[in-house]
Parts: sequence; structure tokens; C-alpha cells
Amino acid sequence: MSPGHNHTLRVCALYPDLMNIYADRGNLLVLERRCVWRGIGFELCGSSLGEELDGAGHDFYYIGGGQDRDQRLCAEDLHEHKHEALHEAARRGAVVLGVCGGYQLLGTSYVLDGDTLTGVGLLPARTVREPGARLIGNVAIDLALDDPGVDGPRVLAGFENHGGRTYLEPSATPLGRVLKGHGNDGRSGYEGARAGNVIGTYLHGPLLPKNAWFADWLIATALGIGVGELAPLDDELEQQAHRSARRAAGIAA
Amino acid sequence: MSRMLAPKLALARAAGTVSRLLADRRFRGLLADRQFLRLPIGGGGGTSLPGKLLVRMDQGAISSLAARLARGSALISATNGKTTTAALAASVIERAGIGLVHNQAGANMAGGIASTLLDAARSHGRIAGELGLFEVDEFWLDRLIPQLAPSAIVLGNLFRDQLDRYGELDAIADRWGAALGSEAGKRARLVCNADDPLLADLGRDGRDTVFFGIEDDSLSLPGLSHAADAKHCRRCGAPYEFEAVYLGHLGRYRCPACGQRRPSPTVHAGEVELEGVRRARFLLTTPEGSARVQLALPGVYNVYNALAAAALAITLEIPLATIVDGLQATSAAFGRAETVSIAGRETRILLIKNPAGANEVLRTLALEPGQHDLLGVLNDRTADGHDVSWIWDADFELLAGRVRRAVCSGTRAPELALRLKYAGVQRERIEVVEDLTGALDTAIAGGDSHEPLYALPTYTAMLALRELLVRRGEASSSWQ
Repeated sequence: MSPGHNHTLRVCALYPDLMNIYADRGNLLVLERRCVWRGIGFELCGSSLGEELDGAGHDFYYIGGGQDRDQRLCAEDLHEHKHEALHEAARRGAVVLGVCGGYQLLGTSYVLDGDTLTGVGLLPARTVREPGARLIGNVAIDLALDDPGVDGPRVLAGFENHGGRTYLEPSATPLGRVLKGHGNDGRSGYEGARAGNVIGTYLHGPLLPKNAWFADWLIATALGIGVGELAPLDDELEQQAHRSARRAAGIAA
Repeated sequence: MSRMLAPKLALARAAGTVSRLLADRRFRGLLADRQFLRLPIGGGGGTSLPGKLLVRMDQGAISSLAARLARGSALISATNGKTTTAALAASVIERAGIGLVHNQAGANMAGGIASTLLDAARSHGRIAGELGLFEVDEFWLDRLIPQLAPSAIVLGNLFRDQLDRYGELDAIADRWGAALGSEAGKRARLVCNADDPLLADLGRDGRDTVFFGIEDDSLSLPGLSHAADAKHCRRCGAPYEFEAVYLGHLGRYRCPACGQRRPSPTVHAGEVELEGVRRARFLLTTPEGSARVQLALPGVYNVYNALAAAALAITLEIPLATIVDGLQATSAAFGRAETVSIAGRETRILLIKNPAGANEVLRTLALEPGQHDLLGVLNDRTADGHDVSWIWDADFELLAGRVRRAVCSGTRAPELALRLKYAGVQRERIEVVEDLTGALDTAIAGGDSHEPLYALPTYTAMLALRELLVRRGEASSSWQ
């Protein structure tokens, strides 16, 4: 009997109807299946435009990517309806994961076509849409997690496609170092940002199907247990898929 | 101008001949390293080479050649269904006795269209055909409208597709809108899908648009799919209310905030009956009357393609009986629900390339009873899109519990296999064979050989499959 039996992972997807452009649903599906296969309960709810957010009621908050227009609507809505709840969630150690547009909104600001969208401010990062080509392509990054269950640096593979360049404040911790691809701004060599259990990244593809080990780390972190306490699964296809995504980025496993 | 053009036409034609020779496998052995020549040989790229060269020599070549067409050109663009819609339209229009210049090989960017015009061009400023019928890549439509000065433009649908190449849907719709508002764009008769809110909005700007759509509530889905695009009013940003959803975000909608609603289509389909992957029937209504149509093509998506072709034919004043005959006589283009026999086994090839298209294929496949044997081929080459995320937006869940065996192949084979596993297909029914030849053999030999094999390839995988079948003599080279 795995220790997971006593747990339920409670996930809240923010704007699942709008911020879903890069198959973000795949990330949620991976969380769900990997909990269910282990006998861990799984609850998923959504919170969209105009809806309040419960900062105490979930273990995992997810926000994906969207088109510019939708992202503007969400930025305003986050400010009006969800700002406090997300800060409360972060304070109590819930996982908050933003991918692509969601990452940009978790930062302090996003300057887009002359407008400044106010971010949630959970990550010390600001994003600017600059002239020049979008940063597009396969990407692999290397990250170190301070978790005894995760041995040494591990690789995340995915795909990035963003017009905004994200600049980290000096106090910020990047999520990882770019092995291949553009990363935050195409120059710094860093990708994503992390503040406690709040994580932002440009990696989609989607992220979690290509990096099942990271999905498990997030599940364990959200449940407040070590990743070693999760029951092992038959991950042969997951590992093949990870290798396939790494190969696409030019970083052989 | 035409005197200047003639030698360039000859040169571009000669280049095309050379490239075809080089592509011939009898010559390939002589040229161990084709890369050295830097020619886009094989893989479907060869079709557009002479046209690309022609446009490089003379930027006005497309305009000059298109101007020779007595009835102008009709352009067809959409995310999904361009090739099939053009094939349906060609069948109808040719039946009406109008000679066509048509890029039927599907080369739908400037080079391909220039090649098609080049093939049809004759001496003394003449051209072999009255009307140009061109399917046009979504990304190229705004650039080709001023060059082709079309007499008609058909807009079929816009779905999320290859975001790494095409960008966001709103951006494409804005580019289309600007091109339609240009001098050349304003002169074209617009044929537009009323059920796609983004497109209907483009067709509303005070022009004499022919709208087409479906009028059949029995087809309505329970709601918008999770991957639906264009859920918000292009004018005011409020969410649309859908009374009926037929496919993706296509349906009957209105904006509760600004009152914008779906235009009433004058060409529409009712009483739709779907027969799995085989055929579809519907009652076609036009301003010229109504008639029953039996399509040799399956699914709601092909009903839309047929409506688009019928609406275009109406603008050309083609009689209804001819329209019906032309639609019914059209069989599937390669890879679009086409059936071939491979080593004696019936194989149906269903192209999948983006969530909306794949969902329609999966939905159509799910209508077939029983367990299915599948060969899924996921490539990530440029024409497929380097980003394979989209498979997680496609509803492979529709096949959960319905798969006897799935062989996954292609450059990103394991990721497709993983998608099937998370969709609920049992792990032991999924096999990864990255090499296409091996995968095809495994798939043909496995499962239940009395039942059809369903091949679901992405675009370049479909081309590779075609090449493989031609090489094996299982398919006619006329596909090329």
C-alpha cells in the first residue's frame, strides 16, 4: 500500500476556457492519471473570468497560455478577483504553475503594445513584448531541485513559442539553465523562474507529458510529501517520450 | 510585358524538367548527395520549384499570368479542408463546362500557384483555362489576393493549427480582414462560413457575401470542445452564446453583449446523415432550390467542404443539378479517408494535422462499430509543425475502449503512444515502431486482418506513406 492512499490532490485550473492554447489540458490530464494510477484522489475545478478563487482550498493552481486578447482579459481579472487568493495559496506552500502566458502573468508586469498589464507579482520577473521574431522552437533546460528524492540535476524538454522576453530581477531564481533553445529572453541563458513552490516556465509541449518525473515532483510537492513516497509506475512510454522530446531539442538522453 | 515574360516561362519550365529528372529514382543513384544541389527535390517540394524560380525572376509573374484568365480566379482558404473543397468545386465547375487552372497537387503557396499558372500558360499571352481555382495556404492568402485579383474568395474555417508557423488565430483573421478590405479584396465575391464566428465577422462588412452553414440541430454536440477557438466576440470580447455546436467552434451563436449573431446562410445543409468513415448524406438548400446529396466523403467536416464548393458554384451561376452531380462524383483525395488495399488488407488513410481536424476524424472513426486497428504516424517536420503539443488537444479519448491494436510511428512516435495511453488505451495494445516501413508491416500483419486498418498520419507522414506504397506497387503513381 502506497503512502499516497491518504491523499487527494486538489487542482484548480485558472481560465481553462481561455488559457489553453498550447494543449495545456495535457498537463492536467497527466496530473490526473498519475494520481489515479497510484490510488491518490484527484479533484479538478476551474476558475474563469469574474469568478472568485479559493486561496485555501486547493493544493495546485495551474494557469496556461492564451492569445494576446485573452491574456489581457485574464490580467485584469487576476488583478480584480484572484490576486489575494493566489498570494494566500503561495504563502501556505501550494504549487502555483504558470506555463507560457500564465508564467508572464505570474510576474510583476507585462508590457504589450504600449500597455502595461499588471502581473500577480508572485515571481520577480517582468516581461516585455519587444520587436523582433518570436522565440520559437524545441528547448531543453537543466534544473536542480532541492529535494532529496530527486538526485542531481534533471532535464526538462519541451517547446517554446513566445513574443515576450522575460527579465528576472536580481533577487529571482531561474527555474533552469538553457541547454538548447531561447529561454526567458534569448540571451541570459536562463529559463523560467521559481519562488518557493511558485513556478513559471515557457516550456509547453505540453510540459508534463514530456517530463513525467517533473509531474511527480510537482504532485509530491503539492501534497507535502517527498517524491520518493510516491508509488512507482510503469513509465517506459513516459521515458521514451521524454527521450523523444530531448532528441528533438538536440540533447540526447 | 508578355514578351519579357516568355523567356522566363521557358527557363522556369526547363528548371522544372531538370528537377523532375533529378527526383526520378533512376537518377538518384547518380547523385549520391542531393543536398549538394540544394534543390527541394522529393517530399512533395518539387511541384513548386519552377514557380518559385519564375517568381524570383519576375515578381509580377503571378499577376501577369492570372490576368490571362477570362473569368478570373477563385481562391479557397481554410485551416482544414482546402484540398477537398477545391476538389469538390473542381468537379462541379468542370461539369459545367468551365475550363480550370487548378493547383490540384495541393502546392498552395506562391511557388505552387505560380507553377500551376506556368503549366497552363501558352504562347501569345494565352492560357489553357477560363477560371483559376486555387487552394491557398492561410498564411499566404493576404499576399496572394493583390497578385491574383480574384473574382471570388471562399473562407472555410479557422482553427488553431501549427502555432509555431501560423501564429495566433486572431492575427490570421486580422490579416485576412485587411486583405479583404484592400482594393483587390473588395472586388472579389466573398463566400464565407456563417457558422465560424471569426469568418462570419469578416464577411459582414457591407459586402454581398454568400454565407453557407449547417441547419440541423440533431447534429449538435453537447457543448464547445475544450480546444475550441473563437469563443469570444471579435467585436466586443464577450463570450458568444451557442444554440448549437456542430464542429469545434462552428455552430449557431450570438453575442449577448453587442447582439452580433450568426448570419443566415443562403446555402445550407439539413437532414444530415453520417455513415461512419464511408459517406454522408444531406439536403442541400440554395437560392436555386433544394436537392438531396450523397457524398462519397464522410463526416460533418466534409458536409462543410461540400457546402463551400456549392456556394462557390452558386456565385458562378451553375445549375443545382450540376452542383449535385459534381459533389456526388467526388471521391476522397489521397489521405483524406481514402481506401487502399495493402498486401490484401483494406486500409483507410485519414490525415490528421491539428486538433479540430483530428477530432473530426476521430469522431467519424468512432461512428464505425467494433474494435479498430490503428497505425498512427506523428511527424514534426516543417509542414507538420515542429510543435507536437496539438495531439493533447485532440480527443483521442473517443477511441478509449475501441482500440484492438495501435502501432505508433513517425519522428515523434513515443509521444503519440503516450497520448494514447493517457487517453485510456491499454498499454499492452500500444506498440512503438519508429521506422515507417517496419510500422506499416507490423500494422498490416497485426490485429484482425479481416477488419480494415486505419492509418492516421500527419501531413509529411502521409506523403511518406504514399511514397512507400507507390514504391511497393500498392498504389498508383498518379497520386504524385
